[in-house]
Amino acid sequence: MKTLDEFVALFAEQLDETDPSTVTAQTKFRDLEEWSSLLALTLISMIDEEFDVTLKGDDVKNSETIEDVYNVVVSKK
Amino acid sequence: MGITNNPFSLEGKTILVTGASSGIGQGCAVMAAQLGAKVIACGRNEERLKGTIDQLDGEGHTSFAGELTDPMVIESLVANLPALDGVVFSAGISMTAPFTFSTRDKFDKVFNVNFFSPVELLRLMVKKKKLVNGASVVFISSVGGNFGFSVGNGIYGASKAALNSMSRLCSLELAPKKIRVNSICPGMVVTPLVEGFSENITQEDIQKDIDFYPLKRYGKPEDIAGGVVYLLSDAASWVTGQAICIDGGITAY
Repeated sequence: MKTLDEFVALFAEQLDETDPSTVTAQTKFRDLEEWSSLLALTLISMIDEEFDVTLKGDDVKNSETIEDVYNVVVSKK
Repeated sequence: MGITNNPFSLEGKTILVTGASSGIGQGCAVMAAQLGAKVIACGRNEERLKGTIDQLDGEGHTSFAGELTDPMVIESLVANLPALDGVVFSAGISMTAPFTFSTRDKFDKVFNVNFFSPVELLRLMVKKKKLVNGASVVFISSVGGNFGFSVGNGIYGASKAALNSMSRLCSLELAPKKIRVNSICPGMVVTPLVEGFSENITQEDIQKDIDFYPLKRYGKPEDIAGGVVYLLSDAASWVTGQAICIDGGITAY
């Protein structure tokens, strides 16, 4: 299982306009200027590919920080 | 006009429906039976097919349980078929993946069910002369094929665009046999398949999407079945090669 830091790095990789060095476990990802429904789908696909865990749209919606999403992934692993 | 020469009647017709266990396929089987057809309901699971058969008006309906992506299963189905007056290809799966995650294995999975299976089934039905002169073939496609869709549905849309293209081509090649071939392109219809799409988005997104439909609701299986039974009937005798949208007006924008 990948660590939280690795998860944050994978998350940052999906972004286009946000400087990856500003992304941390505490980043409120839905407040990012480039956040969109496509990014939500991309996050779900990335988690499916890297962790073999299938999140639902509401799992993402109910998470505030990147760490929150990581914790959902851990709980479903 | 008496009911006996109602051009919309399916009396005396034998209609095969794939994906008949649920959703649009089940809706088509139910409505075809209401209009007098004998239905051959195909699906993967005998038990669930029984649930469909139990809802059909009239007598003489049968079911065929099998995995229609398996060439051996297709062959055995076709070998045992009676002469058919109509076929509805409704078996399909959904897939949501952004383009950068649209890997070949996902394409294969979706295309095997949504494209290769119905096309091979039709090919063998025609080759083995299971379709009568004047038969009607209906592919259940999607507005996502040629008319645009929400992001993340490229694989699904591509499979349906391929289906629309094949449908049109078949309409030309099968016209000499007087076999008509059309596709129906539904907008979002509330079925188990669409629940697959919806898992990836929030309730809020779904409501926003519904509000975007001019008729302010998602479809029901019977909304689609109405178009399908029309195409199966003699009322549509001069209709072939078309992709007809039934979509609450979403493609009218």
